[in-house]
Amino acid sequence: MTTTTARVEPRPLGKSGPTSDLIRRRPWLQRLLLIGPALATIGVFGILPLCLMGLVSFLERGMNGGVVWGEYTTEAYVNFLFDRDLDDSLIFNSDYLQIFLRSFLQSASTTVLALLIGFPTALYMALQPERRRNLLVFLVTIPFWTNLLVRNYSWILLLRANGLIDTALQSIGLTSEPLNLLYTDFAIAVGLTYSYLPFMVLPIYASLEKLDWRLVEAAYDLGANRLRALARVIIPLSAPGIIAGAILVFIPCLGAYVTPVLLGGGKTLMIGNLIQLQFGSSRNWPFGAALSFSLLGLVLITMVIYLVRYRGKAAHP
Amino acid sequence: MRASVNPLLRFPGARGVAVLFFAYLYLPIVVLIGLSFNANRSATIWTGFTTDWYAQVVQNNQILSAAQNSLVVAAIATVISTALATLAALGTARRFSGWTMANAVIALPLVVPEVVTAVATLLFFVLIGIRLGLLSVIIAHVVFCIPFAYLPIRARLEGMDATLREAASDLYADEWRTFRRVTLPLLWPGILSGAMLAFIISLDDFVITSFVAGPGASTLPIYIYTLIRIGVSPEVNAISAIMLVISIVFVSLSFLIQRWRA
Repeated sequence: MTTTTARVEPRPLGKSGPTSDLIRRRPWLQRLLLIGPALATIGVFGILPLCLMGLVSFLERGMNGGVVWGEYTTEAYVNFLFDRDLDDSLIFNSDYLQIFLRSFLQSASTTVLALLIGFPTALYMALQPERRRNLLVFLVTIPFWTNLLVRNYSWILLLRANGLIDTALQSIGLTSEPLNLLYTDFAIAVGLTYSYLPFMVLPIYASLEKLDWRLVEAAYDLGANRLRALARVIIPLSAPGIIAGAILVFIPCLGAYVTPVLLGGGKTLMIGNLIQLQFGSSRNWPFGAALSFSLLGLVLITMVIYLVRYRGKAAHP
Repeated sequence: MRASVNPLLRFPGARGVAVLFFAYLYLPIVVLIGLSFNANRSATIWTGFTTDWYAQVVQNNQILSAAQNSLVVAAIATVISTALATLAALGTARRFSGWTMANAVIALPLVVPEVVTAVATLLFFVLIGIRLGLLSVIIAHVVFCIPFAYLPIRARLEGMDATLREAASDLYADEWRTFRRVTLPLLWPGILSGAMLAFIISLDDFVITSFVAGPGASTLPIYIYTLIRIGVSPEVNAISAIMLVISIVFVSLSFLIQRWRA
């Protein structure tokens, strides 16, 4: 690009005003004026609160909610595994650990379910003519933009006792009594899968779409059958997409908070609900902050590992 | 087209799963909209077509005031976040040292789990003494709307023909003139599309809003949540269907505008 290319200005600047010259001669200043406001907004109201949350997780718990400033303690993190007895000795308490494990299991099964449905769908989409591909991508994204509560609510209509699924199954004679699907772990899995499936399909589709299909043809020429071509060529080449999809499904599942309440009936807590409780009835802010901070740490570590491992590979296979 | 090149590139099972997938994706939406017109209160057995539930929704004052809050928040958050995102997209149009970092910061609200953002923002407002209410909701919404507005605008800028701007300066247009007469008109679809996405994300948000909204600042999703906790009812069907349709219309428009070539 030549130096004659017009730079883009944020506001009217006279041709020779002193301010204009000051900005024009310093591209970094111009850039700062353009990007600065957005970065400052996210920095002050997005990143600063996250740091503050980290700080709060190391503060003493206030009597009626809130925190005691200046009193630093790791109590909130100890709290996660131990209860304090009357004589101040620590007793192992696995309640919270169980909630974490259950959240991990629930998120993992959702991720597997999403992968089993998502991969074949992405493969089908990638092999369609271009016009239809674009339409299908659009259809995959639409539910993502609809309201989370409404999406979960519609599953209540389908799953509840004598709801639509029960009625349908009974009318064709498969069952004679309500299945009581709602308020079970199954209902949570259905709801979570429904909410996050697009995040699985789209990254896999993106890597399959860029795939050089001649490689697959070469595999056939070398005597591979469909299954072998899939296992040895297509799946390895779309690994970045599959991993990205798995991360994008797994992480929001871990923090899910609406689905366990609405479809699980609030019987089985997940991490998100546990966090919410600390700011509601439990009034233990440092503990809530510690839980959130741990979840955030987990997310960031996963992202960094993914970027280090796959950065660039997705774009240039 | 590719499939016709080599029949071996067809995967018979994939088609079946894809059909099931799209059925799974759209069945709940269709069922919900269908049931919102059902005359029967029990909401399972179809007994006839009615629009009564919609009439009840529009006459419900609590719903109307929650909807008003939602619209005020979404409108303000959209304007501010789109303005910030447009400037940022113009600033990141060319690579510079720190470019990756700037993009990472802008994308951050997409990466952090909602419940974590909600907790952090709540603590922040309480500790620095901003009263929870519409203002706190608007501030929180601006932050997570920025990346949604930013991405379509940047995509539009990246697809833009640089020679047009060069031509303008060859024709002695100064920078401001080039921006106003060339860049901005070409950028409009991206800005509009980003604004629509920001609007819909703000209008639909529940998790973060439920943490940072004070007692008087109930938005529509918060009100819907309290209704759902009470139980299934035709009124919830109707208001949910309205929310669904608004989202779908806005997203469709946003995508159409994005694809529309100037």
